[in-house]
Amino acid sequence: MSTHETKGSGLKWVGRAIRRLEDPALVTGQGRFTADLPATHWVRFVRSPVAAGSIKSITFPDGARVITAADLSGVKKITPMLHKFSYRPVGQSILADGQVRYVGEPVAIAVASSEEAAEDLADLVDIDIDETAPLVDARDALADGAPQIHAEAPGNVILEGTVKTPGFDSVWDNAARIVAINARSRRQNATPMEARAGHASYDAPTGRITLTCTTQMPHLMRTAITDLLGMRESDLRVIAPDVGGGFGQKMSLCAEYVALVWLARQLKSSVAWTEDRRENLIASFHSRDQYIALEAAFDKDAKLMALRADIVSNVGAYSCFPTTSGVEPLMAMAEMPGPYDVQQYQCRARGVLTNTCTMAAYRGVSRPVITFTLERLMDKAAAAFAIDPIDIRRRNLIAKFPYTSAMGLVYDEATYKETLEMAVAAIDVPAFRARQQAARAEGRYLGVGFATFSERTGYGSPAFAARGMAITPGWETVHLTVDPSGFVEARIGSSPHGQGLRTTLAQIIADEIGVAPDLIKVIHGDTDTAPYGWGTFASRSLVISGGATLLAARKVRAKLLKIASHMLEAAPEDIVLENGSAKVAGTDRTVTIAAMAREAYTQTHRFKGEIEPGLTESGTYDPPGTFSNACHVAIVAVDVETGFVRIERFLVAEDAGRIINPMIADGQVHGGVAQGIGNALLEEIVYDESGGILTANLADYMPPTAQEMPPIELHHLETPSTQSITKAKGLGEGGSIGAPAAVVNAINDALAPFGVQIDEMPATPQRIRAALRASSSAHSRASGKPGA
Amino acid sequence: MKPAAFVRHVPKTLDEALKVLSDVAPDDGRILAGGQSLVPIMAFRLAKPAHLVDINEVEGLQHIASDGTMLSIGARVRHAAFHKPVVDGPLGALLAYVARHIAHYPIRMRGTFCGSLAHADPSSEWCLVSATLGATMVVKSTRGERLIAAADFFEGIMSTVLAEDELLAEVKLPLLSADTKFGFYEFSRRAGDFAMASALVTYRLEGGQIVDARVGVGGAEPSPRRIAEAEAALNGQAPGEDIFRATAEAAAAAVEPLEDHQTTGEYRRDLVRAVVHRALENSV
Repeated sequence: MSTHETKGSGLKWVGRAIRRLEDPALVTGQGRFTADLPATHWVRFVRSPVAAGSIKSITFPDGARVITAADLSGVKKITPMLHKFSYRPVGQSILADGQVRYVGEPVAIAVASSEEAAEDLADLVDIDIDETAPLVDARDALADGAPQIHAEAPGNVILEGTVKTPGFDSVWDNAARIVAINARSRRQNATPMEARAGHASYDAPTGRITLTCTTQMPHLMRTAITDLLGMRESDLRVIAPDVGGGFGQKMSLCAEYVALVWLARQLKSSVAWTEDRRENLIASFHSRDQYIALEAAFDKDAKLMALRADIVSNVGAYSCFPTTSGVEPLMAMAEMPGPYDVQQYQCRARGVLTNTCTMAAYRGVSRPVITFTLERLMDKAAAAFAIDPIDIRRRNLIAKFPYTSAMGLVYDEATYKETLEMAVAAIDVPAFRARQQAARAEGRYLGVGFATFSERTGYGSPAFAARGMAITPGWETVHLTVDPSGFVEARIGSSPHGQGLRTTLAQIIADEIGVAPDLIKVIHGDTDTAPYGWGTFASRSLVISGGATLLAARKVRAKLLKIASHMLEAAPEDIVLENGSAKVAGTDRTVTIAAMAREAYTQTHRFKGEIEPGLTESGTYDPPGTFSNACHVAIVAVDVETGFVRIERFLVAEDAGRIINPMIADGQVHGGVAQGIGNALLEEIVYDESGGILTANLADYMPPTAQEMPPIELHHLETPSTQSITKAKGLGEGGSIGAPAAVVNAINDALAPFGVQIDEMPATPQRIRAALRASSSAHSRASGKPGA
Repeated sequence: MKPAAFVRHVPKTLDEALKVLSDVAPDDGRILAGGQSLVPIMAFRLAKPAHLVDINEVEGLQHIASDGTMLSIGARVRHAAFHKPVVDGPLGALLAYVARHIAHYPIRMRGTFCGSLAHADPSSEWCLVSATLGATMVVKSTRGERLIAAADFFEGIMSTVLAEDELLAEVKLPLLSADTKFGFYEFSRRAGDFAMASALVTYRLEGGQIVDARVGVGGAEPSPRRIAEAEAALNGQAPGEDIFRATAEAAAAAVEPLEDHQTTGEYRRDLVRAVVHRALENSV
């Protein structure tokens, strides 16, 4: 691990595992969350109990305040847009208007004086629906003659991306060996600890509405909601207070928040909604419901020459705003080749509408699924070539940088091979193989699984523009102020909700201007006080908001040096900023930052017009993107009688460029791995054939608990990014990207003696037992004696 | 996720509790003890009792007492009371071992033994213990008291023979002789989840042979019960791997497996086979 030189400061803050500045409030119960706010009116959304059909009538007690689509006639539909990939825009009414398209779709709003009363009223709302047969599985929705979920999307295909490199056919035809996999990822829910919640209040003197909600992107919520309601943006203030996790689920616009703002305007009062866990599991946003058929062409030396993928992504009933239904299938198409050197690529990626909850971003976005698919394929290929799974990766990982992928993505300097070797050495593979053999002799089945991957992070507007999004996010702005008392305030457009940005950005500023991080406040999550920005998602904030922070801090630093030069009567280049003061190098002449700040506001006449008054600077950053990388390794024990998988050891060797705060970086990896393990083994939203959800509580939908988590062993490399001015890369999603592949590869390794192939996530005990049973009966048919 | 409105009654004596229960039973009155099952069900509005008879202040229901042949457990005794053996000998050890498998620590601090029996979840550890060991339920109402054998008590998934005005005031478990061996095993996907299958076995050895075998299976059928075919496979045999395998196979074949989205019938039989085998392995 390198140490970091930061100019002008004797005390380096970047690279230190300082404690998170946001934590004292959070761990002492002083956090402020949306559901803490009192309200005059409370709402309960009455949701469709059926997956498909037309609404015949909605009845409720006379005099009750119940809102239906008829009341919202002036409100526009949520209609996200892509200008590429044969995208078919489909609209979502804030409340179902005529048709219902998934179980949980909001149909009416019961408004009452308390949450309990709203729920009582909701129980009295009777929705009569003429039910039709639903489409739950994407393959059924693609079948000839399947019912049309939206007239605008024939064949239920909302978008289709295709790509084929010019040299593909000749390479494919000359392949020594083709290896194929049909991978299946079941549907998952991001399951933030805090479910959704919104609170809209009306300010009588100004007529403004304030929406407080659990969002990852407050500014875009303001833009989107005012667009739909025909309001001026200045008439809506959106606040994201403390937010208890988002993981992508809270970056999409939900109809419920639009309804709350509409209601607050109608009632000229405050109105609140707190989602319950059941609603979150059935009607927030889902993810990862994909089929991927992937084939790989290898030459005779097991060098990967070409990839061909057919990606079918079940996007649910509507398109999510702002990313659209393209978020999963297009990510899968763009990044399928992963960390491997392969220049020929053919892909078709389709987003398929079904009568299920709408799909949106979830930590990793498709990459947990494509990494799972590709890494399972590499293990199969290794078996086909009779070489070690580590060896096939050594032969194929990208080693020369910058590397331009078959899709045209430019990979900056990374350490795919180095992290693999680091992990291999730490695991001690020969010792493990010996232990594995000994265990098998005793009827215990251990396995090791590897996953190597690249994680595109911190990408700005050019990368998003490649998707043709009507809303193209990317840049971030930071306003940095030293106030007249010498304290520092950074107002940022990002909207952290657990990432520790209040600490890491303070560390970046601290090194530039020579003050301690705890004197620096990072202000975010309020459209009235923070500059317009895109919020926090896609492993972007440390790179992009961090870059904007650094740019602003450099400007503040330059201005401080100018003021110090003026006050100390020395050349700026002779002055250092450290420990809250400016000092003429090699002398005892100093002036505090507080004194300089006071001067900048209250004694500007002394500057004689040479220095502008005040001490606020802005930075805006819009980078091209940078690739983090990691190798995950799982060692598992599979109980072949029950199908239960215990993770004995989990190791991550990762490289996210310069690490600003190692403790926070480790925490991001830990959390991501936990969700990845959930994806690998436990978490699955299950629909029945009628479109009802069988996993609507946390006993049936199973995120891992602390007791399911193995200790996670972390190894770091730091390759400073050339594509990020802080040299940092993002790492928010990597944990969740690598873990499913590593765990399921380990399961397959453990079960190698049985010849089973588990190509589905989650690999549940029942699926493992079913595979073993099938293998056992195949074995007994073949050999005439019972198998294992 | 707010319950529908209800009236909470807080009687101080058993007689008062039975009187209130009798009064409100026709109007959808329910007993509230630990509330670890009932309250979540109310929050989901799957149950909307109009009255709750809260027995948490009723005197005389907190006892755990042995009379030398039976262990009596009052309706207010919490799961956590069994973390340490409550009685000398195998029964106390068995209850302590099993108790640690019930949900999570905070739930064990509030949930009650008798409440678990009255709720009759197929996966309940205490239902399995009661069915396997042959508990006697002491049931009271204003109409008097009746004793119900565990084998007659459970009627199906979350269903018992308790009438709506009856309180399960106490359960009596037979003490186990000092030479009784026991083994318990349950399978769940996460620590503390409802068991997808569980097994409790007890037996004694006479002259190296198994006698008085009891093999109970939980979580696999609508109610936990003893599996006669498995007990027959054990009795008269010396303990050992082959006989344990045969017993587990007999149990797996005998159950009428519950099915759900994560458990086909075939898989449930796999689990029954595994949990019975492991309970037997744990018993030696």
